[in-house]
Amino acid sequence: MRVPLWRVAFARSGDKGDTANVGLIAYTDAIYTVLKQSVTADTVRNHFKGICLGEVDRYELPNLRALNFLLHESLGGGGTVSLMLDAQGKTFSAALLRMEVEVPEALVREADEVSGWSERA
Amino acid sequence: MPDKTVRVASGQGFWGDWQEAPKLQVRRGPIDYVMLDYLAEITMSILEKQRERDPRAGYARDFVDLVIDLAPDLVARGVRVVSNAGGVNPESCRDLLVERLADVETQRPVRIAIVRGDDLMARLDDLLAAGHELRNMETGEPLEAVRERVTAANAYMGAGPILRALRQAADVVVTGRSTDTALTYAPLIHEFGWAPDDWDRIAAGVVAGHINECGAQASGGNTLFRWREVDLIEPGYPIIEASADGAFVVTKHPSLGGRVNWASVTEQLVYEMGDPTEYITPDCVADFSTIRLEDLGADRVRVTGVRGRPRPGSLKVSIAYRAGYKATGSLTYAYPDAYEKAALADRVLRGRLERLGLRFEEIRTEYVGAGACHGPLAGPPDPELPEVGLLISVRGESRADVERFTRELAPLILAGPPTVTGFAAGRPKIHEVMAYWPALIDRAVVEEVVEVEVTEA
Repeated sequence: MRVPLWRVAFARSGDKGDTANVGLIAYTDAIYTVLKQSVTADTVRNHFKGICLGEVDRYELPNLRALNFLLHESLGGGGTVSLMLDAQGKTFSAALLRMEVEVPEALVREADEVSGWSERA
Repeated sequence: MPDKTVRVASGQGFWGDWQEAPKLQVRRGPIDYVMLDYLAEITMSILEKQRERDPRAGYARDFVDLVIDLAPDLVARGVRVVSNAGGVNPESCRDLLVERLADVETQRPVRIAIVRGDDLMARLDDLLAAGHELRNMETGEPLEAVRERVTAANAYMGAGPILRALRQAADVVVTGRSTDTALTYAPLIHEFGWAPDDWDRIAAGVVAGHINECGAQASGGNTLFRWREVDLIEPGYPIIEASADGAFVVTKHPSLGGRVNWASVTEQLVYEMGDPTEYITPDCVADFSTIRLEDLGADRVRVTGVRGRPRPGSLKVSIAYRAGYKATGSLTYAYPDAYEKAALADRVLRGRLERLGLRFEEIRTEYVGAGACHGPLAGPPDPELPEVGLLISVRGESRADVERFTRELAPLILAGPPTVTGFAAGRPKIHEVMAYWPALIDRAVVEEVVEVEVTEA
């Protein structure tokens, strides 16, 4: 089924100069395997069109069920030079979690248990 | 002593963090060390400016108040403080501590150590003349290009000087620009006697340091995982319980709020992460892809398996230089068509700036409530929005032009689009822009001048 990333993963973002980093963490190992295929440097770059003006690098951390993305030229120059409200890319995590991905329904249900979504829905 | 455990508590993740946290760490349960991180990349240039105005300023004043408050407890409980609160003036920080400790009753005198040698500002021209180009790590440009505008230059020191201070029985260690992680792993190297080339264990300490360095961000703060369920009124900041073999447990005091679990620790591990296999510090290169986490429940997460590689031959240098001025103005527009009104105000303002002939390197407009955070990902603005905040910022070389801009916001209230409010804060403040210039330097250049000085008070 097609779901926003936040149904199956969570994230944290920060800055290094004009580069934003977003660490995407899958709720389960099986979901990590799915996201490793679909959430690539290219799909992330496309998702952040108009926000990320440079390249996107991706690093895999299977030990943490995480993918780390570096979004270059995304923070208006970075640091105190930047005029952006979010000059440190703190909300880029939530922005990535808007991306839609295809995940088998059974795996989404498993994620819902971990995230607590099933208790609230 | 195979069973020895050393507890290093996180007490401050940045200058301005929650003041109660370090007090709770010391008073609510057993710890051996509390680390306090005060310095962000930009902080040094702010402190340098303060020292220019007053030669006795240039360090974190809050730190002195905190140590004075905690001193009797630190001595009674045998807790030692490791901090980079010294900024660009550790001497004056120490002097004020000594002066104020005279009025505080403690079971025995407090030993304060200061670390100097990171500050390269006075040596800058000599270093450049000697062929250290201090090229920008991102652009490759030599520092010469902005030399006249440099306001601060500090090398990131590692564990070395902190170890020297701890060996001299310091209760409170005050450094200038130390790496954030060294504030946690230097005590571990000291306590366990790890060899300087025991890369795996030092790397484990670096991972512990990365978990501690942002305070509550590892223990339930700013977390997306089940965020509704965390008690954040009185969060316990993270505590590292380390063993001699490099394995450690991340936890918090049970009587405090917050939450330590696999998710809180993982979120912090990926924070400000570059290439995870190459986490470079002055004392080793840590490989974050080797970390193994085990959630033990009850706010305990075990960390094992960390591998490291030899330390680099150079140290990172953080340089700040003046890069013009900036200001941000804000106004709030109300329903209906709040976004449309704000967008019209933006066009009006830009038209006026243009007719005044003001010159800026950048003018940026953002709409709070309509995509300020997520831009195009937020979708088109809804005409039903109850209100929209207009943020207009300018940046340029001319202070006079930025100053003129700050006078163009208020006129929009009577001579702009309707139903506007939110100007109570007055005219926007002008900020000097301090740009950041990361560089590398041969570590010997810094290490040969590092000094550690211990005083009893």
